[in-house]
Amino acid sequence: MLSVAAVGVQALEALQVRQVAPGVFLFQGEVAEQDARNLGAISNLGFIVGSRCVAVIDTGGSPAVGAALRASIRSRTDLPVCYVINTHVHPDHILGNQAFIDDKPVFVGHARLPAALAARSSHYLAAAERLMGEAGKGLQPVPPSRTVAVEDELDLGGRTLKLRAWPTAHTDNDLTVLDEATGTLFAGDLLFVGHLPVVDGKILGWIKVGAALAAMDVQRIVPGHGDAGEAWREAFAKQGNYLQGLVDQTRSALKAGKTLSQTVSEVGPGDATGWALVDLFHRRNVTSAFAELEWEE
Amino acid sequence: MKPTNGWSAALAACLFLLLPVAQAADDGSDTPIWGKVRTLLVGDRPVIEDTTGSVLEIDAPVRAEDAAVVPVSVRTKQLPGGAYVSKVHLVIDENPSPIGGTFTFTPLAGRADIETRVRIEAYSWVRAIAETSDGKVYVARRFVKASGGCSAPAGKDMEEALARLGKMKFKVEEGSVGQPSVAQLMISHPNSSGLAMDQMTRLFVPPHFVRRVEVTFGGEPVMTADVDFSISENPNFRFYVLPAKEGELKAVVVDSKDLRFESSVAIKPGLRGS
Ligand SMILES: [Zn+2]
Repeated sequence: MLSVAAVGVQALEALQVRQVAPGVFLFQGEVAEQDARNLGAISNLGFIVGSRCVAVIDTGGSPAVGAALRASIRSRTDLPVCYVINTHVHPDHILGNQAFIDDKPVFVGHARLPAALAARSSHYLAAAERLMGEAGKGLQPVPPSRTVAVEDELDLGGRTLKLRAWPTAHTDNDLTVLDEATGTLFAGDLLFVGHLPVVDGKILGWIKVGAALAAMDVQRIVPGHGDAGEAWREAFAKQGNYLQGLVDQTRSALKAGKTLSQTVSEVGPGDATGWALVDLFHRRNVTSAFAELEWEE
Repeated sequence: MKPTNGWSAALAACLFLLLPVAQAADDGSDTPIWGKVRTLLVGDRPVIEDTTGSVLEIDAPVRAEDAAVVPVSVRTKQLPGGAYVSKVHLVIDENPSPIGGTFTFTPLAGRADIETRVRIEAYSWVRAIAETSDGKVYVARRFVKASGGCSAPAGKDMEEALARLGKMKFKVEEGSVGQPSVAQLMISHPNSSGLAMDQMTRLFVPPHFVRRVEVTFGGEPVMTADVDFSISENPNFRFYVLPAKEGELKAVVVDSKDLRFESSVAIKPGLRGS
């Protein structure tokens, strides 16, 4: 809690986590936009306990949430936190890193995460202040100290985490974490459940990566937002349909010589039942798809 | 999961809700940034507020859906008495470099309209300033709300943008004889600001952006853009051209590292360029 007190942020109670598999714990964030009430506890965060130490997967949208996750870990084990893994650059997954600095873990991310953080963190810090008020002040980005270009393995003692860095999809720095012992894959925002998928990388790349993940031989996939339960393959199919629909409609608009603004006002989300935040993100997705697809030959 | 101090959280939530409204309520005609920028651009010449679109109109979304790619278009009107709009400046008050671009048009453009995409950092007034050939200055403005917390005015795939550096797409839409035709110029370029610090090396990433675009027809200037990193990654410009005869429409792009890229399109009046 020390680093949190140092930046003058109110403390949160330990996050309520559940054990999704032996030694694998999940905090399911609220599906919402980051604000002063939720303090950025809006994404899924996890930790995995080995016999030697603990790995954290994503840290939430503020040091306050990171500290509340840390409190939850401390109530379950005295083992040290040896790794803090970030699934990608987005602030709701990474701005809690600060709360773990005193544990001196190895911070782990995609090989393109440092560049993405360099380009974006000043903007994310300004947005944190705008969206969370006092709690968003004085934050620092914490970049990875170990990066993954393709694949990597982390040993927690008695269990191994397999990391995989993906080509540009949700962002250009998506990393997944597979706990081999239980067949649990943390997909980060490569999978959205109950929340409109948000394109901030390449829509065509994401369609491919999503199909590859859906075909994986694992027990369960934990999305970056929401809960898929057993139905993660269906969740990938729904997400894939939305993304493909966006591609098809945007290509027709481009073919018809429509401008970006025209396309944004005309392309609809299709079947978005069960997804929150459609109003907030759909038009953004069309913008992103258009800017990508207009360069297709 | 509740904040232990419910009052301060509630207060913070209220402030958050009030803040953008308070900014939007300000009509933006007289902000400190605009005062400075106006002096830089047109000195102490009088600036006429064009609230009815008699000379120019600016269009931008109410909310920047994607902070990195916000479409902005400026439409100008024919002026009485042979005067025409010769310059359009685009200003984004809250950006690190508020003057996003100055576009200079000749009568070969036919009309001084420009459509592009910009990065928008925060809640901001976006303004178009038109200078006419007879020395008058007009301004129109729109307020754009910031995008959500995970959107940033940065590149989507920085490696790809660099790998494709300088690739261009240039086309002219079919028009009628004697009427201006729409030209679209797309430049693959990261257009990065260089304002970001690499947190690992603590070094600033060097800036690399398109700074000038010169469009000529048969060697004569049509439209010249002096721009910077307020323009989105892969700069995209739609403007008009009014060719009176067959000829070559050429675009020369120069970036902040003095790299030079060229593209041209052959056009015939009334025919599609290819
Ligand atoms: Zn994300």
